[in-house]
Amino acid sequence: MAYPSELKYTEEHEWVKVDGDTAAIGITSYAAEELGDIVFVDLPDTGTEVSKGDTFGTIESVKTVADLYAPVSGEITEINETLEDTPETVNESPYEKGWIVKIKMSDKSETDGMLSAEDYEKKL
Amino acid sequence: MNEEGLIFSRQVPDGGCLPLPGDEDTDAQAQALLGDAKLREEPTGLPDVPEWEVVRHFTRLSQRNWGVDMGFYPLGSCTMKHNPRLNEAVARLPGFARIHPEQHPAQVQGILRLMKTLEQALIEISGMDAVSLQPPAGAQGELTALLCFRAYHHSRGDTHRTRIIVPDSSHGTNPASAARCGMTVHTIDSNAEGLTDLAALDAALDENVAGFMLTNPNTLGLFEPQVEEICARVHRAGGQVYCDGANMNALLGVSRPGDMGFDALHFNVHKTFSTPHGGGGPGAGPVAVQAHLQPFLPVPRIVEDADGTLTLDDDHPETIGKVHSFMGNVGPLVKAYAYILSHGADGLREVTERAVLNANYLLSRVREAYELPYRGQPMHEFVLSAEKQKAAGCKAVDVAKRLLDYGFHAPTVYFPLIVSEALMIEPTETETKGALDCFAEAMLAIARECEDSPDVVTGAPHRAYAGRLDEVQAARKLDLRHDPEGEG
Repeated sequence: MAYPSELKYTEEHEWVKVDGDTAAIGITSYAAEELGDIVFVDLPDTGTEVSKGDTFGTIESVKTVADLYAPVSGEITEINETLEDTPETVNESPYEKGWIVKIKMSDKSETDGMLSAEDYEKKL
Repeated sequence: MNEEGLIFSRQVPDGGCLPLPGDEDTDAQAQALLGDAKLREEPTGLPDVPEWEVVRHFTRLSQRNWGVDMGFYPLGSCTMKHNPRLNEAVARLPGFARIHPEQHPAQVQGILRLMKTLEQALIEISGMDAVSLQPPAGAQGELTALLCFRAYHHSRGDTHRTRIIVPDSSHGTNPASAARCGMTVHTIDSNAEGLTDLAALDAALDENVAGFMLTNPNTLGLFEPQVEEICARVHRAGGQVYCDGANMNALLGVSRPGDMGFDALHFNVHKTFSTPHGGGGPGAGPVAVQAHLQPFLPVPRIVEDADGTLTLDDDHPETIGKVHSFMGNVGPLVKAYAYILSHGADGLREVTERAVLNANYLLSRVREAYELPYRGQPMHEFVLSAEKQKAAGCKAVDVAKRLLDYGFHAPTVYFPLIVSEALMIEPTETETKGALDCFAEAMLAIARECEDSPDVVTGAPHRAYAGRLDEVQAARKLDLRHDPEGEG
């Protein structure tokens, strides 16, 4: 499995793509594979304020339901609405089309402690 | 495979149904009786199918279903044991089957006596002080007990106690019941042995804790040896301890949750005392509590007057109220009572001893081929991991589907959540050594197939009425309603 080197990773098997003060969030290909076929993604409303570690949604597969954790604090500015009709996009394209939310970060330093692709892969 | 289709596909207009007397002019009769305003304007949409086609359709469907009456059904945590036919005969006695819940208690003393005596039997088996038979299922028993916890805390002015702690191995219904009860849920990690981590429990206990929910033996089938210490610590923090009684089949006549320190538990009488899964019908989830929780139990309570007459008493001002209409699902209660009486105290102990022996024998036969992630001595069920098989490309779900080809129901899979590729197997006491050996041989054969011909396993089932169903489509495009017009 390849883990894009330009992304940062969390212990909760999520990835973060930083663009200015916005962070795009998704789940890793490992998480998508472990969950199996995803059938539903419960997304928050845009404008929701989250703190790092908060549960902001859930992701449901044929096997189980998992919480989605905010890897950074801030305001949810965008959600991937295509996941409502085609949640399988998360399985098919976890790092590109399958992004889940975008958060306008209130504290960019929160990404400092995150894992690199190499470190994340070592932890698996 | 012959597609059965819906019963609507077997419609025959005016297809041979015998007319009822006076059937010729039912519209006019209805109009005369009810008046125009109450007559339907549209047809009912019920299928017009001759009686023999109805019988054949549902008989065929029943033959395609797999039940405990067809063969081995090792569905972990569900205790799919044989349902003695004596229970059914007793439950069908007219004095039980043909009474109505609106009848005056004076007319139904028999069923009330049965229920009162069943309460006493469950008190004795659990080591608790009082029982409510009203909750109609296990999860609702959990909710009932948690509502009693909340009412108890409120009665003491502890309205701030709104946190429920559950282990990460708990049944999913535990956090769900807590959330339904308005509590917040705090999950603690199990320790390396798969048991409650006392340090993690201590860290989670604070002045806002309402209670801790524990299954014992837990969902790995492991008895919690520190259960008394666990209960003591929760009590010291002011919390209550709930026992999820799903695994009572491992305790009957041997050990009692009330003696361990639990404040409340539910019974799944439709598992522990036969009628698995309610025989496809309703279940019953009586709740047993210690004396301090008794005032909060659902009403009505069955009370005995000085002359021995049983009456229904609603006068309990601190009650949480009703959790079901009337007295709950009485049928499974009658069957449970028949089961308890026909076994007796010694027989119930033997049930548990055989259930534990069967599980451990089966484990000894299959553990060479499958990983056992938590090594403790299991009680009445055990949890394997198909990680070894996964390395060869076959997941737990594939092993489970392949078991159907060998003529067995699949075990519970992917639960508990702390075991990857989990296969949770509970044989129950009602299986012979021969049946256990056949199942073990199938498990070993499948393990070999995973290595030699994984495609056979991942493509299973090959011999069932239906092949691998599309679970993704089923979850994404759930369609439960017959729609003759295709209007969605």
